[in-house]
Amino acid sequence: MRILLLLLSLLVTPLVWAQATGPLIDALGADDFAAREQALTALTETDDPAIVPALKALENGQLYRRLSDDKVVIGQEQGESITLTDPLTGEALGTQAAGDLERIRVNNRLRRAIDASLGALTLRSPDAAVRQSAADAVFVSRDAATLPLLETALAAETDARVKRSLEQARAAILLADATLGTDDKLSAIAIIADKGGQAALALLSPLTSSTEPAVAKAATEAVRLIENKLAWAAAAQNVIYGLSLGSVLLLAAIGLAVTFGVMGVINMAHGEMVMLGAYTTFVVQEIIRAHAPGLFDWSLLIALPLAFVVAGGIGILIERGVIRFLYGRPLETLLATWGLSLVLQQAVRSIFGPTNMEVGNPAWMAGAFQVGEVTITYGRMWIFLFGLMVFAALMLLLRRTPLGLQMRAVTQNRSMARAMGIRTARVDALTFGLGSGIAGLAGVALSQIDNVSPNLGQGYIIDSFMIVIFGGVGNLWGTLVGALSLGIVNKLLEPLAGAVLGKILVLVGIILFIQARPRGLFALKGRAIEH
Amino acid sequence: MQGGILLPRLDRAGLIFGAVALGLAILIPILNLIVPTDSAFHVPPHVVALMGKYLCYALLALSVDLVWGYCGILSLGHGAFFALGGYAMGMYLMRQIGPRGMYGHPTLPDFMVFLNWQELPWYWLGFDQFWFAAIMVLLAPGLLAGLLGWLAFRSRVTGVYLSIITQAMTFALLLAFFRNDMGFGGNNGLTDFKDILGAPLQADGTRSALFAASAIALAFGFILCRWIVRSKLGRVLVAIRDAESRTRFLGYRVEQYKLLVFVTSACMAGVAGALYVPQVGIINPGEFSPANSIEAVIWVAVGGRGTLIGSVIGAVLVNFGKTLLTNALPEIWLFALGGLFIAVTLFLPRGIVGLWTGYWAKRREKQAASIATQPVTEGS
Repeated sequence: MRILLLLLSLLVTPLVWAQATGPLIDALGADDFAAREQALTALTETDDPAIVPALKALENGQLYRRLSDDKVVIGQEQGESITLTDPLTGEALGTQAAGDLERIRVNNRLRRAIDASLGALTLRSPDAAVRQSAADAVFVSRDAATLPLLETALAAETDARVKRSLEQARAAILLADATLGTDDKLSAIAIIADKGGQAALALLSPLTSSTEPAVAKAATEAVRLIENKLAWAAAAQNVIYGLSLGSVLLLAAIGLAVTFGVMGVINMAHGEMVMLGAYTTFVVQEIIRAHAPGLFDWSLLIALPLAFVVAGGIGILIERGVIRFLYGRPLETLLATWGLSLVLQQAVRSIFGPTNMEVGNPAWMAGAFQVGEVTITYGRMWIFLFGLMVFAALMLLLRRTPLGLQMRAVTQNRSMARAMGIRTARVDALTFGLGSGIAGLAGVALSQIDNVSPNLGQGYIIDSFMIVIFGGVGNLWGTLVGALSLGIVNKLLEPLAGAVLGKILVLVGIILFIQARPRGLFALKGRAIEH
Repeated sequence: MQGGILLPRLDRAGLIFGAVALGLAILIPILNLIVPTDSAFHVPPHVVALMGKYLCYALLALSVDLVWGYCGILSLGHGAFFALGGYAMGMYLMRQIGPRGMYGHPTLPDFMVFLNWQELPWYWLGFDQFWFAAIMVLLAPGLLAGLLGWLAFRSRVTGVYLSIITQAMTFALLLAFFRNDMGFGGNNGLTDFKDILGAPLQADGTRSALFAASAIALAFGFILCRWIVRSKLGRVLVAIRDAESRTRFLGYRVEQYKLLVFVTSACMAGVAGALYVPQVGIINPGEFSPANSIEAVIWVAVGGRGTLIGSVIGAVLVNFGKTLLTNALPEIWLFALGGLFIAVTLFLPRGIVGLWTGYWAKRREKQAASIATQPVTEGS
C-alpha cells in the first residue's frame, strides 16, 4: 500500500507542479522586462525541471504570447505561420498565423538571469553530462544567487569531474564577493588557476591589482601560469594545423617527387591529376547516392583505387603520347605539360561545369576530438595518416619491389639499365603512371577539404614544386620533411602576419633558400656539373 | 649552326620590321583620324586599341625571346615585370584623376578613401609627375629582375629551377597585390583613368597616339635586341645558352652577362606593361598570374624562339586567334591554347619562323647540291 502511494505521489507530483507553474509561465508574457524578470525569479523558485524547455525557448526568442488568451507558448517559425507547443507538457497546439502571436523579447539582463536559472535547474539533473555543463554555465554566469543551490549540489555530487567543476564554479562566485577573507580568496584563486583557459584568465586578471598583496601576488602568479599554458596550447594547436597543412602539401607533392624528383620530368599537369582524383571521388559518390546509399561511408575507400587508376592511366597516356618525345628537353616538357593542364581543365569544365562539385564527408571523417586544449578534427587526422601511409607505401614500392629497383636503375643510369635488359620505355611509362596515380590518391583526400572545381589543381602546383625543390630533388625523405616543415612554418607565421602575407613570406623564404642551397635541403651527392 | 647562313636574311627582315613598325605608327593613326568614318579604309577606334594591345604583347614577347631564345633563361615570371611597369603607369594615371574621383578627394585615389586612409603612402609620392612614373616603369621591374637575377645567377640556379623560382616570384606578387593594405587597390586594381599628359584617354587622338607610341617602342625594342644579339655580347649570350659551363671555363663571367640581359629584358617588359595599361584602362593583380607569363612564353615558341621577329609574329597571331576564338567559341579557347602548347613543342620546335627559314635553307641546300654534283660527275 505504501509503495502504491509512493508511486501515486510520483505520478501526481509533476501534475501538481504543472498546475502550479502554468500561471507562472504565463506571467512571462508580461509587458515590461522588469515584470518578466520577476516572473522568471518566481519560476526558478519552483525548482521545477519542466520549465527548462520554456526558458531555453525564451532565450532563443521562440517563446510567444498568444494574443487571444494571453497563454505563453513555444513556437517554431515555419514560413508565414508558427507551429505551437505547450511550454510545460510539450503537447502540440497546432499552428497559428504570426500576426496572432507576440514574441516575448529578452534583453541582456534577462538573458543573464535565464542563464543563471537554467544553470541552477540543471545542476540537479540525474545526467552527469548535464550537471557538468550546468556547472560550466554557472562558472561563466557567476550568479551569486545560485550559490546555495551550488552548495547543496556540491554536497550531493558523487562524480569526481563534476565535483571539480562545481568547486570551480563556487570559487568563481566567491571571488566576486568583495567581503571574502584573504585565505578563502587564495584557495579560490588556486582552484580557478587549476581550471585554466580564457574564462579563468578573465576572472583572475582583475585580481592582480588587488589591494591585498597576498591575493595580488597569487593572482599574478596564476595569470602567468594560465597564460603560459594558453600560449603552449595555441602553439600546439598551430603545430597541429601546420602538420595538417603539411600532410596536404605532402600528398600534393609526393606524386611530383616521383615524376619530377625521380624521373626529372617537369609535369605542370600534375595539379590536374590531383583534380581528376577529386572528380573521380565525386563521380563515385554520385553513383553511390543514386544506387546504393548504404555504401556512402565506404565511398572514399572505393574511390581510392579508382582515382589511382584514372589518374595513373591518364598519366601513362600523357607519357606515351607527349612526354617521351621530349626527354632531355625539360623546358619544352614544361610548356607541353602546361598545355596539357589547360586542356584537362577545360575538358573537366566542359563535362562537369565550372561550378564547385558537392563532395560529401563520410561519417567517420566528420567531427572532432579534444586533446587537452587542442582540437583535432577527424578529417584532418585521417588525411595526415593517409599522407604518411601513401609515403610509406611509395617508399616500400621503390625500395622493396623489382619495379622499384628498375625505376631507380633507369633514373640513375639509363643506358646501363637498358644494357642489363630493363625495358626502359616501359619503366618510364610506369614511373610516370605511378606519380600521376599518387596525385589521384591525393585528389581523393583533398576533395574532403577543398572545393572540387576545375581549378583545384592550379592551387597546388606551385607549392608542390617548391616543396620538391626545397626538400631536394630526387629525395623522397626531403619531400616529407619539406612538406611538413613548410606546413608548420606557414601556420606559425599566420597568426603573426596573416594568412596571405604568411604565404608570401614562405614563398620568398624558399626563393632565398634555393639561392643558398640550389639543390635543396637534402641534396643528392653527385659530381655532375650540369643539372 | 645554320645561324651563319641565316643571319643576313634575318637581318634584312629585321630592318624591314623596323620600317614596317614605324610605318604602322604613322599609317594607323591617319586611317583612324583623317580617313572619313564611312570609308572602307577607316580603322575604328576599338580596333586601334586592340592593335595597340597586340603590340604591347609583342614587346613583352620580344623581351621573353631575348632571355629565353638567346640566353636560355626560361623566365616564367615576365608577366610580373609587365605588370609592375603597368602598375607604375597606373599609379601615374590614378594621380592624374585628382579630385575627379567618385569621392572627390583632392589627392587620394578612390580606393584609399574607401579604405579610410588619411594620407598618401610614401611610395605613391612623385607619381603625379610623368617623368617620375616613366623612370619607375623601368626601375621597378629592373630592380626586381636585378635582385632576383643577382641572387639566382650568382648561386648558379639554372634551367627548370630558375623557371620555377620566377614562377613562384610572380605568384608571390600576385598574392601580395591582392591585399588591400598593400596600397595598390587590392583585387580591383587601378582603373577609372581619366587622362594621360593632359589628354583624355577616351579620345580617338589619344588612342592613336598611344598606338603610335607602342609601335615606336616595339621598333626601338626590336632594334635594341638586334643590336644586343649581333654584338659580341650577343655571341657570349648564345654561348652561355648552348654550353654554360664551357663558357665559364673560357673565362667569361657568365652571371654578369645573364644579369645584364635579364634586367634589360625586364625593363622592356615594364615598358610594354606601361603602354598596355592606358590602352586597356585597367591594371589588376590578375596580370601577375603565372598563367599570363607562361602564355607569353608560348607566343615566343609559336613564332620561333631565338629569332626576335618570331616572337612578334607569335604574339600577334596567338592574340589575334584568342580574340577571334573567345568571341566566337569561348569554351574552345583553352583547348586551342593547350593544344598549341603541345603541338608547337612536339612538331614545331623552331616555330613559324623556323619553318620559313628551314624551307629556304633546304631550297638553297638543294641548289648547292645540284651545282656541286655536276663537277663530281664530270671529274669521275
